[in-house]
Amino acid sequence: MITAERKPFDEILELVDGHKKILVAGCDTCVAICLTGGEKEAEILASELRIKAQADGREVEVEHTAAIRQCEWEYLDMIAARVEEADVVLSMACGIGIQSLAEKFAPKLVMPAVNTNMLGMPQEHAVWLERCVACGECRIGLTGGICPVVRCSKSLMNGPCGGSHDGKCEVTTPEKEDIECAWALIWERLKAQGREELMFADRPPKDWSKSSSGGPRKMVREEAKPV
Amino acid sequence: MADEQNTAVETPPEGAEATEVPKKPVDPDFEPEIIVFACHYCAYAAADLAGSMRLQYPPTIRMIKLPCTGKLEVIHLLRALEAGADGVYAAGCMEGECHYLKGNLWARKRVDYAKTLLVEVGLEPERVEMYNMSSAMGAKFAEVATEFTERIKALGPNPARRHGVSPHAAARDAAKDVALPDDTPPPADTTEKGPAE
Repeated sequence: MITAERKPFDEILELVDGHKKILVAGCDTCVAICLTGGEKEAEILASELRIKAQADGREVEVEHTAAIRQCEWEYLDMIAARVEEADVVLSMACGIGIQSLAEKFAPKLVMPAVNTNMLGMPQEHAVWLERCVACGECRIGLTGGICPVVRCSKSLMNGPCGGSHDGKCEVTTPEKEDIECAWALIWERLKAQGREELMFADRPPKDWSKSSSGGPRKMVREEAKPV
Repeated sequence: MADEQNTAVETPPEGAEATEVPKKPVDPDFEPEIIVFACHYCAYAAADLAGSMRLQYPPTIRMIKLPCTGKLEVIHLLRALEAGADGVYAAGCMEGECHYLKGNLWARKRVDYAKTLLVEVGLEPERVEMYNMSSAMGAKFAEVATEFTERIKALGPNPARRHGVSPHAAARDAAKDVALPDDTPPPADTTEKGPAE
């Protein structure tokens, strides 16, 4: 799923500074699952903004709502009336949802209340790990189902670097303690599968033109288009 | 150790650094409004016991009965404060004694998280708290009510206080999907008894 973290409160305050009618818009899909931007979290942020305004003696009207998915036009229709009433919308959706909202209701002011940070999975309750960067050409069939693009700190495609020690990556920060070496994991997985020879097989270079550095990507399914 | 675990956490959790509150004189006329989210199995029964024991405690607290403090959510605390409650606390079972095993531990985490949110908005994190007590601790109930009231009196009124809004009604509304009616019968005595004679 797409994960996000709420922005620091002071940054959010600056984004809505001077506006009288604020709508906090949550999204009940990915960012709700990662406990950042669903309806519950939108209600909490709206309440915080009201408490802050009241304590500061400012008159501000803050309400909250949530779309089932902010990244689809049809679901945005369902919150259109609420959006139209607001001076500014604080979206708690991922970057896709925020942009969809801003585009659908342009020139309505839409501000991000979260930082979208990764495509991740809940490794355990309340812990998410990055698992994909949407590089456009999946090669994990050759790597035992483990993605070296995202799980190797250097995104190496042909085996580990010299910084792999006892299965751990040399990259360690307080936030990223104990990163497992992706290539050590790949080697162990391939051994378990009896496919170690894949480590030594020639493989064509990865086609990075399908990744994100060549402009926005577009996917069209002609067979699924309405007739 | 057990005593330590079950006493109120006086210091804010990590990340919730106490705001610099200038020492202000305590207003002798300030009567705080305090909302208590009380567990049906312990604190609510302890309050009854305190009453039966004729114990005195300040008339500052308004109770909302929950089936377990595990049903407490951060928004319940915020909505009470937003409506002008001067302080809010949750009172659950002793740690290790929750009827639903871990509800009171979840509640403590949520209260701790709410403290960090209060710091964000410039309120004192001490305005919310988590306490533990058993249904047999009527005296503890009165002691906690007194202690928390004194704490809030020292902090002064909630700066987000609104006129004409009832914090109790607002908190009740926020928790309407989880709160129990006040007249819910007390829990059945679940202690094991020998065969009837």
